[in-house]
Amino acid sequence: MTFVFALFLLTLLVITALAIVRSDNLFVAVMLTSIFSLLMAANFFILDAADVALTEAAVGAGVTTVIFLSALAMTAEREKFAHVGRAAALLVVIVLGALMTYAIFDAPRLGDPNAPVHQHVAPWYLEKTPEYIDIPNIVTAVLSSFRGYDTLGEVFVVFAACIGVLFILGPRPAGHAAQRPARSSGLKHHLIPQVVGRLLVPFIVLFGLYVQFHGEYGPGGGFQAGAIIATGVILFALLEGENAALRAVPQRALMALVIGGASLYGAVGIVCIALGGNFLDYSVLSSDPVFGQQLGILIIEAGVGMAVCGALLTIFHAFASRGQG
Amino acid sequence: MDLTPHLPALQVVVPMLAAPLIVLLKPRGLAWAGATAVAMLSFCIAIAMTIDVLQGKVFTYQMGGWAAPYGIELSVDAFSAVLLLVVSGAGALGMLAAHASVDQQIELERQPLFYSAWLLAMAGLIGIVVSADAFNIFVFMEISSLASYVLIAGGPDRRALPSVFKYLIMGTIGATFYLIGVGLVYMMTGTLNLADMEVRIQEVTELNPLLVAAGFITIGLALKAAVFPLHVWLPNAYTHAPHMVTMFLAACGTKVAIYVLIRFDFLVFQSALPGHSTQFASFLMPLAILGIVVASAVAVFEGHLKRLLGTSSVAQIGYIVLGASFLSAAGLSASVTHIFNHALAKGGLFLAVACLACHYRDLRLSQLAGAAKTMPWTAAALVICGLSLIGVPGTAGFISKWLLINAAMAQDNYSVLLVAVILLSSLMAVAYVWRIVETLYFGSTDNVAADGATDIIREAPLPLLLVTWLVALANIGFGFFPQLPISLSSGAASVLLGQLP
Repeated sequence: MTFVFALFLLTLLVITALAIVRSDNLFVAVMLTSIFSLLMAANFFILDAADVALTEAAVGAGVTTVIFLSALAMTAEREKFAHVGRAAALLVVIVLGALMTYAIFDAPRLGDPNAPVHQHVAPWYLEKTPEYIDIPNIVTAVLSSFRGYDTLGEVFVVFAACIGVLFILGPRPAGHAAQRPARSSGLKHHLIPQVVGRLLVPFIVLFGLYVQFHGEYGPGGGFQAGAIIATGVILFALLEGENAALRAVPQRALMALVIGGASLYGAVGIVCIALGGNFLDYSVLSSDPVFGQQLGILIIEAGVGMAVCGALLTIFHAFASRGQG
Repeated sequence: MDLTPHLPALQVVVPMLAAPLIVLLKPRGLAWAGATAVAMLSFCIAIAMTIDVLQGKVFTYQMGGWAAPYGIELSVDAFSAVLLLVVSGAGALGMLAAHASVDQQIELERQPLFYSAWLLAMAGLIGIVVSADAFNIFVFMEISSLASYVLIAGGPDRRALPSVFKYLIMGTIGATFYLIGVGLVYMMTGTLNLADMEVRIQEVTELNPLLVAAGFITIGLALKAAVFPLHVWLPNAYTHAPHMVTMFLAACGTKVAIYVLIRFDFLVFQSALPGHSTQFASFLMPLAILGIVVASAVAVFEGHLKRLLGTSSVAQIGYIVLGASFLSAAGLSASVTHIFNHALAKGGLFLAVACLACHYRDLRLSQLAGAAKTMPWTAAALVICGLSLIGVPGTAGFISKWLLINAAMAQDNYSVLLVAVILLSSLMAVAYVWRIVETLYFGSTDNVAADGATDIIREAPLPLLLVTWLVALANIGFGFFPQLPISLSSGAASVLLGQLP
């Protein structure tokens, strides 16, 4: 049954991808990428990667689509047709596809317990997590402790993207928001989105907080939570207008979230060194190493959530304010 | 508290964690001062580790206290030490010199973001160099790439935007290819740690996925490293970037990708795939030779100073790849020495370009005629670094060319051809460096639109000029006393070929 469902989803994925390539209407293409992400999320879910599915749904289908749309507001809706390179690009794609297929022939069957990936580090994580960290969600244990340095790196990727957008689009001058003409009133005059949307916003934010603090027990964690909360605020901005959203969560607060979140994560690492451990070795944070690990994970996940939420909203506002200017 | 065992981690973490704090330093000059202090600190850490590495020590560090392969491991050996010196040196000296040039090119309120991105680019490149984990390398590749796109696009030159977009697309494809390759290797070995990969890959029986993985990783990293013919993004990106950014990236940006390519291929694939070393050599050697010849020839006819030097970088990358494709200890150490020496020469040249740009807005050669009269010190430093780029005896460039020619002579096949290529391209380097010298010293100043009179001496701001001269003198210093790069690079060669140092 799962096989049939996976086949169905993958077929839809291919169709959507072809439709994105063929469409010369950028608005359609953006909507299709959103669908693509949603299908991808479902695929990840079938493959038992619930955490990845949640991220893909929140970031890929949610925030990215909105940011694409705000970028689209600055440019034309239709793509200028360019002849050049289509054939070459098609050739490259075909060759790559053939190569990948060739490589996959000798791959271990999906879910084969004897596959190398299930024989080496994975059993160790499964066996040792209860002993060293004692949290039920092993994915969270791997991401935030065993490979916590990667996650720190990812937070700084998000940070780099955030300052990059600010640097290139230029920070908005202070006090500019107040003098903005009333054009950016969002969907204020549309009754149905108003009513439904208003009902949704608090629940989205609440769900985000749940995902944040429940990450040790179920799928989720800082990345997903940050993205979900950002989605909630973006929905608010779409309903009430960007200025209202900026009044509720001002730009300075967003920057403080980004810088504070990234620094909080890093600070935990430095504190670990000061207490005599290695960088990001949370065991030294408390006299009980297991509790130290849990404490460390809780703090760094909070840092991740803050940084991701702040960065996504900063990027959204940078594009949205440009689009109206 | 003894911080020595923590140095590999601090090397990355210090510039990375400082980056968000720099954004907060709004008042004039403070962001620059903070970033410079951090970059210098990072350079000092690199020097401290190099001193230990020279005595035969190999640093390893377990992130989070988790042993490899379960956690992420950092390691610093002779090969990494060379790259660390180059990256942190270019970052720190660039920062030290940057103030005047950045003031001229970037608005005051955007400067904290610029310096923050600079530190992130540094941290990303350093993070790649010290990492011993294939996926961790990818994460830091993302940081360094994003930060360098931002730095390139940030200048006043709007033409930077299309060139950076091209770079972004190609760079992303390169990084994705690398990730696909790593994914395939992970599928077959179940590990991400490079040393562990080297061991477990021996037991893999189906070799096709590994072969495809090697292809993806090689092409992906060659894209990032601008190996001919995948270099098309490089000349425009270097030309339109802010001058200090060009200097920083030209000195170390592409070399880090070559570092990962060489390390991955020699340590992981060549031990597992039968005949892979020949494939590696026969794939990369022709590309390197073509790159050296074609890019040098193009540079001879290039009319814009920055694009000329950028194009010459493609040829110099060719030398580095050529040395590695010899597969011998001599070839590898020539290659690694050239990474060091080319960073000195090209870094110095682009510093001199930044000096020139203080008074000459338009850097086309036709507009720079007679610049040596107004900026004699800058022009002299440019000549010294130019001589080093050519490989004139007495400069650092000579050492690596000499090692490369020796390594080429020791090859069984085509050794005459290889030496001929190296000599021919050096002659072409003479030609394009001479074109610069001719314009600066003997060009007629009649139709030049310099702002102000042309015969008054108006040098670049002192800090910029001093750093330029420091690098120029280092080109001569390492020409006469090449022990440091040579001993590090022979150590690197023995690490790569699996011998005890």
